[in-house]
Amino acid sequence: MLELNPTSIAFFIFSVLSIGGALGVVFSRNLIHGALFLIVSLFGGAGLFVILAAPFLAAVQVLVYIGAIAILVIFAVMLTRSMTNIREIFNRQWWIGAIASVALLVVLVVGVILPTWGPGGTNSDIVLSETTASLQDLGVALVSGNQFVLPFEVASLLLTAAMVGAIVIARDNESY
Amino acid sequence: MTAVNEWAFIGVFMSVAWILPTAPLVISWIFRPRRPNAIKMQTYECGVETVGDTWVQFKVQYYIYGLVFLIFDVELIFLFPWALAYNQLDFFAFGAGLLFIFLLADALLYAWRKNALEWA
Amino acid sequence: MENTCDNIISTLAPCLTQLGWNQGLAEFISTLLGVLLVAIFPLVLVILLIWVERKVAARVQDRIGPNRVGPFGLLQNVADAVKLIIKEDITPAGADRLIYNLAPIIAMLSVVLIWAVVPFTPYNIGADLDIGVLYFVGISSIGTLAIMMAGWSSNNKYALLGAFRVVAQLVSYEVPMVLSLLVPVMLAGTMSMQELSFAQLGMWFIVVTPVSAFIFYVSNLAETGRAPFDLIEAESELVAGYNIEYSGMKFGLFMANEFMHAFTANLLFAVLFLGAWAGPGATAIPFLGFVYLMIKTSIVYVPSLILRATVPRVRIDQMMAFNWKFLVPLAIINVIVMAFAIMLVKTLGLAPAPELASDFLANLPQTAVYILANLIVVAAAGAMIRGSVRRDRLALAAARTQPDSEPEALPAPVAQHS
Repeated sequence: MLELNPTSIAFFIFSVLSIGGALGVVFSRNLIHGALFLIVSLFGGAGLFVILAAPFLAAVQVLVYIGAIAILVIFAVMLTRSMTNIREIFNRQWWIGAIASVALLVVLVVGVILPTWGPGGTNSDIVLSETTASLQDLGVALVSGNQFVLPFEVASLLLTAAMVGAIVIARDNESY
Repeated sequence: MTAVNEWAFIGVFMSVAWILPTAPLVISWIFRPRRPNAIKMQTYECGVETVGDTWVQFKVQYYIYGLVFLIFDVELIFLFPWALAYNQLDFFAFGAGLLFIFLLADALLYAWRKNALEWA
Repeated sequence: MENTCDNIISTLAPCLTQLGWNQGLAEFISTLLGVLLVAIFPLVLVILLIWVERKVAARVQDRIGPNRVGPFGLLQNVADAVKLIIKEDITPAGADRLIYNLAPIIAMLSVVLIWAVVPFTPYNIGADLDIGVLYFVGISSIGTLAIMMAGWSSNNKYALLGAFRVVAQLVSYEVPMVLSLLVPVMLAGTMSMQELSFAQLGMWFIVVTPVSAFIFYVSNLAETGRAPFDLIEAESELVAGYNIEYSGMKFGLFMANEFMHAFTANLLFAVLFLGAWAGPGATAIPFLGFVYLMIKTSIVYVPSLILRATVPRVRIDQMMAFNWKFLVPLAIINVIVMAFAIMLVKTLGLAPAPELASDFLANLPQTAVYILANLIVVAAAGAMIRGSVRRDRLALAAARTQPDSEPEALPAPVAQHS
């Protein structure tokens, strides 16, 4: 089950980056270090997309998440006082959170992952095909009348709404 | 080269290329003098003592520029597959892309008119 | 069985495999050698670049420039590098050490990584990614992060302020840059750099979309922090911006990174708009393609040096207004008009047949349509500029004719140009 080829080594490395980065975000006492650990984790996610033969999504991850959202997160962190030395990492209800996340993990693995991709599951004998959809196919799918053109346009509308909302919240209360 | 080999090149590149800027830093660390004293380690403020801690009045405008950039970034991510497949598509695709870009320009116009893009 | 060791640059791995090495190891060695070659070349080139910059700036200012160290001052930068290496590195108290040390490395890495997708010859490219263009944009956005890290970790108000302004500038000018990159992608139907170079064999994209080339060039000037957008290192304002607390070789790395970034941006301009390695005899003799690419990059790079020595710096609010109120609308109009033009060319059937795609004359009809489309965009740009100038003039006239203005009010700022 565990082969040692370059893909699995790459998968291991990027998984360590993702999970380690996430752990770093949670456990670091310095918010800026937490933001940088977030970037490491997002980068691991981008690497996982590359392994899954979806380089466009990896580029989207780097471009949007690391290039825009992480920078906004860092801006927001700099607005916080005393961000370099947080005294308490966990609040008093940490045991409820631990129970909830472990329960969620058990439900996901036992209820969803194992029956589908585990041994004897419904999808366990599907062989990955050699043909992957090219980016041109994605482009065609996005604007074809019988495929995804409506979500494409609704996405633009959603982004316009996001811009309007951001400006409404962020501007001073002058009479415009 | 197959697609996997292309990304293997990038992977090896990322693993190896950081050594090249680090090498002058390491050489410098070996050879440079170390004579720290309290005055040299002070934060620079045009030659005078610093007043107050290092906390800067953060202009909200920086954040708004970041937000507008984020909106445009996500729009561009949607436009790239459209541009890729554009040669194979018909006029309907141009109309769909036009509507998308028009909404994007509309958002920019809103931000412009609401003075969200002013530096002050 | 032919001897695959003849063309050793392109076929190192099969050659080694033929000699009996393990195939995986041979491929790894060949990849590693390729990586080292592609990564070391810009770092060696930057020594020459800084010399060129200083000489050009000197000649513009009617002086000679470095001419003492080595013939024509060529070894000046080696001397500067040695000086920076042996300088004491003063880390300010309270600086965040890990980030402080990591920032110059990540900044330089973000530029060197771009060289992996540059097509040097028709057959040699580091990694011909399917998403070459997006890779370039993504790596540029990592460079923005490095500057943020540098400004924050210096524990200095001015560094932080400088870093904020720099990040606002870089982030803003990324929008027209990526918008202008949509047009070559539309024309060629691919994001891979090598395919983009092959698509320009018929007609270079700078002739087909000069407006996109202009927007890309100006956005690159702003993205790399070159004049007139060099607020990043505005020595008279924030003393050296995010660089204040850096000394010794770390500062040297930031400086070298700036020159390398400028050259890399112009290299990508040459790849995307000037046809990369295309030129007479490039497909027959690959090295000639590499020479053409370097010549084209220099043709675009030297004007940016002259520009740096000539024009004054713009203010931050002028820069932002120029971006959001002129460049971005222009880029949007450009994408729409070029998309319409491409659709028009396709319906009119003016595109050359695939076997004639690299013939210059066969591409002329569609190029004429595209140039017409670009003229429409230029007219729109002229209308935008006229509109904004008229608005400023009216605002100024309205402010002057106000008899009841407050005594301490300054006249309406004229400089709010779009």
